[in-house]
Amino acid sequence: MSVWTKKHLLDLKDLSREEIEMVLDTAKSFKEVSARNVKKVPALRGKTIVSLFFENSTRTRASFELAAKRLSADTINLTASASSLSKGETIVDTARNIEAMNVDLIIVRHGSSGVPDILAKHLNASIVNAGDGCRAHPTQALLDMYTIRERLGKIAGLKVAIVGDILHSRVARSNIWGLTKLGAEVTVCGPSTLMPIGIEKMGVKVSYDIDEVIKDCDVLMLLRLQLERQHEKFLPSLREYAKEFGVNAKRLAKAKKNILIMHPGPTNRGVELSAEVADGEHSVILEQVTNGIAVRMAVLYLLLRSK
Amino acid sequence: MSLLIKNAIIVNADKMEKKPQDILLDKGKIVKIAPSISEKAAKVIDAKNKLVMPGLIDMHVHFRVPGQEYKEDLETGSMSAAKGGFTTVMCMPNTRPVIDNESIVDSVIREAEQIGLVNVIPIGAITRGQKDEELVDIFEMKKAGCLALSDDGKSVVNSHLMRRAMEYAKMADILLIQHCEDPLLSNGGVMNEGETSTLLGLKGDPGISESVIVSRDIELANYLKTKVHFAHMSLKRSVELIRVAKAQGIPVTAEACPHHFTLTDEALKEFDTFAKVNPPLRTPEDIEAIREGLKDGTIDCIVTDHAPHSQEDKEVDIDHAPFGMIGLETSVGLTVTELVKKDVISWTKMVDLMSTAQARIIGLKNKGVIKEGYDADITIIDPDKEWEFKKEDIVSKSKNSPFIGQKLTGQVSWTIYQGKVSYSAEK
Repeated sequence: MSVWTKKHLLDLKDLSREEIEMVLDTAKSFKEVSARNVKKVPALRGKTIVSLFFENSTRTRASFELAAKRLSADTINLTASASSLSKGETIVDTARNIEAMNVDLIIVRHGSSGVPDILAKHLNASIVNAGDGCRAHPTQALLDMYTIRERLGKIAGLKVAIVGDILHSRVARSNIWGLTKLGAEVTVCGPSTLMPIGIEKMGVKVSYDIDEVIKDCDVLMLLRLQLERQHEKFLPSLREYAKEFGVNAKRLAKAKKNILIMHPGPTNRGVELSAEVADGEHSVILEQVTNGIAVRMAVLYLLLRSK
Repeated sequence: MSLLIKNAIIVNADKMEKKPQDILLDKGKIVKIAPSISEKAAKVIDAKNKLVMPGLIDMHVHFRVPGQEYKEDLETGSMSAAKGGFTTVMCMPNTRPVIDNESIVDSVIREAEQIGLVNVIPIGAITRGQKDEELVDIFEMKKAGCLALSDDGKSVVNSHLMRRAMEYAKMADILLIQHCEDPLLSNGGVMNEGETSTLLGLKGDPGISESVIVSRDIELANYLKTKVHFAHMSLKRSVELIRVAKAQGIPVTAEACPHHFTLTDEALKEFDTFAKVNPPLRTPEDIEAIREGLKDGTIDCIVTDHAPHSQEDKEVDIDHAPFGMIGLETSVGLTVTELVKKDVISWTKMVDLMSTAQARIIGLKNKGVIKEGYDADITIIDPDKEWEFKKEDIVSKSKNSPFIGQKLTGQVSWTIYQGKVSYSAEK
């Protein structure tokens, strides 16, 4: 097996196919830890991990925190409102101050694309991107790929459709990088107003017709539609979106028998998917959440062990 | 105090002299040009192997006075201009408060005169407070010393107000400079909308936000038979529209900045906030079109849009970083390296773009030409000098340039303003 050399996890664009597989393989061995009675291993004892969230998050933040704790790292959480960020300090300044407390790794989420890269340029600590703007959410894509691989045994050759607001989705971008590197055939599907210019240059097909797409895909990845988009004139109405792009039992009936329904959460039931689909036999939405911890344990372990 | 320039290869917009001449400057004027001048002068400059040009003009800079002196002030701005070879600059009015009345114009002019390194002409706002609601007192601004008005930083979006501004400015004989951006289309975009913005997940500003205003103002200029000048053109489509308008005799003029003929939106790939400018860096096709426009006269002049911002301002994320980069100290180097040395334009064309055409557009008498009786504003450059643009050499108060570390050819040796040396490369 190859050796992990990366210091940061900023974007799946920067990882090779082998490195992505290495994360997934490492996650597999960590998944069992969370199923134990005593959910803890000493792999990162003595390491300090700070999560620095400039944007609200419940599950990603909890998932990272549990991952770090199950590896025995010391963790603290900082939110924008609780720190001095609102007092005129620059982002780089804030991060430098945190690093001065001898922190080994910083998990950062920010509403603006590129903030993890800016921090990585200025700091010595490892940086993990927990979501930046519309650009990348690498651990979400890794846990999605882990879930697909666990369920379907492979990724290469699978047909994966990502449906919804592609324009504003960091989950879509990271999945496109990861899935195409691993040999999946990716189609993005959504309203034309929410389809970014030049997306096909990332190696994906573009469709505006979910009924066409659903017929032969192996995985259907639905994105959260941020409800305020309607007010930004991207959509005539949520009702029309649900009719044209929402997945319900009737639509799903045309799909392959073993299709996987995925969603990064939180879901808007009745918009991008119906309750019966979200809770139905094809849905792996909760498995994604469970696997998220194992994948994040793998990421933290690989980055800190390589130091 | 007199100054004698020996062995000058004089480059004017219409002609590059083959044989060296001597130029005698006295009392702020060019008094004599001859093959050999024997008169005694208080100071002598030997310009052997250099090119001697009319003092460079930059009709688009931001000196941040009044109100944001932590970014730049008139002294550091003047020093930066002199080092870049400029003898006249026009500073934009998007200050705090906005330059929209006589007293602010007057105070900027007086303070700059006391510094005395460069001729600073304030540009007044078109609308009060740049609010796009009511016109400034245009005759008052002209009498105070403004040669042009602009709401730079944003467009005059209200078409009716722009029409009235153009009609009134025609009567007052003052130039209007339009920052072309429909804010409903740029809609908070932070970089060019295209493949790169898609990859980076950054909000895109589509080129049409620029070209729809260019197009509208061409229509206004045509209807009203009056001129308008387009600031910092960045887009192929804008160049095409202006080319057609000029062919039809519509009195529009336009400028472009070095960063728009050298850098593409890929400069933002590593989230470098120094590369965040407005209008945004665009594509290789746009660069090509801007170069073609400079070459064929569609674009009349090169300006810098020198926009200083402090380290603190720029040490934030791309979305929150202010637009703009400094430009005065790299303009000659980038123009020589990217246009003259690559045979896009000649030395005479460079003089036209960086001096003569601007003197004509803004109506500066006795500037932009090296000729007996004209003002003694002269820029002497070393055309073959190779140098690196280093952060520690920047004299502007701000250091926000994506060109730091870049190797350039062509450097300013001396800048002479009102017959006195305002900058010398010699230590």
